[in-house]
Amino acid sequence: MAKPILCIESLSCCEGCGLQILNCETDLLPIFAKADVGRFREGSDGDVDHYTVAFVEGSIVTPHDLSRIQELRAKTDILVALGACATIGGVNVIKNFQDPDDVAKYVYGDKRTWFPHIPARPLKAEVKVDVEIHGCPINPQEFLAVTKCLLMGKAYRQPNYPVCVPCKLADNVCLWHKGVPCLGVVTRAGCEPYLCPSAGHKCIGCRGLVDKPNTQAAKDVMAEFGLTVEDVLREFRLFQGIYDEVSKA
Amino acid sequence: MAKASKTLDVRVDYVTRVEGHGNIVVRVEDGQLVECKMEITESPRFFEAMLRGRSWKDAMFLTTRICGICACGHGTASLKATEDAMGLRLSEQTLRLRKIVLHAEQLQSHWLHVYFLVAPDFFGVPSVIPLAATHTDVVLRAMRLKRLANYVCECLVGRHVHPISMVPGGYMKLPSVAALRDLRKHVADHEPDVWATVDLFAGLKMPEFSRETEYESLRDPSEYAFYGGDLVTSDGAKARPKDYQTIIHESIVQHSSAKHVRNKRESLMVGSLARFNNNSKQLHPKAKEAAAKLGLAAPNFNTFHNNTAQVVESVHCFYETLRLMDELLAGGIQDEKPPMQWPKGKKGWGVGLTEVPRGTLVHNYEYDETGVVTGANLVIPTNQNLANIEADFRAYVPQLMKEGRSRQEIAHALEMLVRAYDPCISCSTHLVRVEFK
Repeated sequence: MAKPILCIESLSCCEGCGLQILNCETDLLPIFAKADVGRFREGSDGDVDHYTVAFVEGSIVTPHDLSRIQELRAKTDILVALGACATIGGVNVIKNFQDPDDVAKYVYGDKRTWFPHIPARPLKAEVKVDVEIHGCPINPQEFLAVTKCLLMGKAYRQPNYPVCVPCKLADNVCLWHKGVPCLGVVTRAGCEPYLCPSAGHKCIGCRGLVDKPNTQAAKDVMAEFGLTVEDVLREFRLFQGIYDEVSKA
Repeated sequence: MAKASKTLDVRVDYVTRVEGHGNIVVRVEDGQLVECKMEITESPRFFEAMLRGRSWKDAMFLTTRICGICACGHGTASLKATEDAMGLRLSEQTLRLRKIVLHAEQLQSHWLHVYFLVAPDFFGVPSVIPLAATHTDVVLRAMRLKRLANYVCECLVGRHVHPISMVPGGYMKLPSVAALRDLRKHVADHEPDVWATVDLFAGLKMPEFSRETEYESLRDPSEYAFYGGDLVTSDGAKARPKDYQTIIHESIVQHSSAKHVRNKRESLMVGSLARFNNNSKQLHPKAKEAAAKLGLAAPNFNTFHNNTAQVVESVHCFYETLRLMDELLAGGIQDEKPPMQWPKGKKGWGVGLTEVPRGTLVHNYEYDETGVVTGANLVIPTNQNLANIEADFRAYVPQLMKEGRSRQEIAHALEMLVRAYDPCISCSTHLVRVEFK
């Protein structure tokens, strides 16, 4: 049987998720023994006409991103959205809350028409996405788990419980008790062992919401700590602006 | 030798083994170079605009997302800009920890570049993957070293892509003395790998090319500058960090979503070779030893030796990391807490200049009295190199044609030249507004 062919491609992003793949180091070697890399521009020359699995990082931010994701979808069996930019739009969505012409003018001044852009969106807004690997950046352990499942023809089940669960298991003192508005209460888990609260910082929500977030409980907690709606939105919009967009639509 | 062709059309779409999307376009008609461009097709990403309205606590968490490879460098420059605006002074402990993280990032980035992106050209393979079978020891060593640099970041800031624990004024979590002692030993155990890297690159011959340009870097009287210092160039220009715009002049060109930069000449160069040319006297003695082994002496005008200078700097950063860890261990770790509040009613303007793997990085923010960003300007090292890449093309293409190289060989040589700059294209497309309102 022919080996599966992998593609790793980037749209608008920092390419940190691609780097997290390289950061799997020697754990990648068994994968490369079972599959060929058809395209990985950041790490290798070459390209092919068809991919068994394409991992695509980055959001759709330009007309070019839009045509590129359609091209990729057409030549790919299994499309994996890699990281927050691809799954929920990530930080790119922040610009959607400002006037688009002003955004371009602020950066490119009177040359802004040279560099067209559209409202930032995740891959699933435009094409069918088969698997999502959340996070900014992705957790290398989850990338390995997903890839092994795909190569064995098994379904990957992503965690559908909030960051509070692994955070409690890691014995962290709840940041809310220190007066810090942590988004772990509604954010999808799966980042362990790289939990932000374990490194002393609040969860900033990079993995998006769990499927059925307990928003009422989250609101109650936030009200208890005297946060305004604007405070809360500012926290959420760092990564999760897309939910606002979706709820408006 | 083949006769030099009179007409040549080279177009390389999506240069591989670089970070981000760029194309090379070269056209020669009747022996005359008529077009020579490094097209940057990476999406514009508007970070300066997106910073507006963000809190001082979030600026670093947003700007680290500019680049996965230099996330800790962006984080450092971002924190410096915010701390400058707040008027904060850092403790010696925080400074040492910051410098270790910055060194670890240089190590991770330089080793990634020289082993994974550059070395395949010298072994005649398209990527590092085939080398895993033919040069297993080299690939395993590369992975060990990269893993080491990532591990240092994991221990001190949670992870390398994207750091978690460092915040304005200090750290949300500090390592224990015992953990730091273990980490120091673990780093020291890799000394033979560091020297094996020097030996490997001492055996690779960089292509012949020479074009002198203006080399820009930070300079600090007390050390080989990475964390801070004044901005200087090899033409004698000098500026305090807040006056960076007296040297860094930006302009927008249509074929690049990343701005171009120059000082007095048509272009300038930043990065390892620029730092080496400007500050090599301040390198760690072991790095000087490595430079001698590699045959690199300052000044060197061959862009390809940016690769070699990265190997020299990796030796410097390795030994400096050990030295900084020893200093921290000698003093013990103090339980210091970063400030949780913005200084009441303080409007601020701050600038943070840092040498990141690819050169001098500028973060410059304006804050209102509640600690919310109202204006931002970022200058990325790769932007600063773009005009210089094109100036190198204009010198290198005629040389290659004179040597009778085929179209394919010329395309490959130009790709190698671009790769030597270690361009970070997703970084470079967060272009800059020069004036604050």
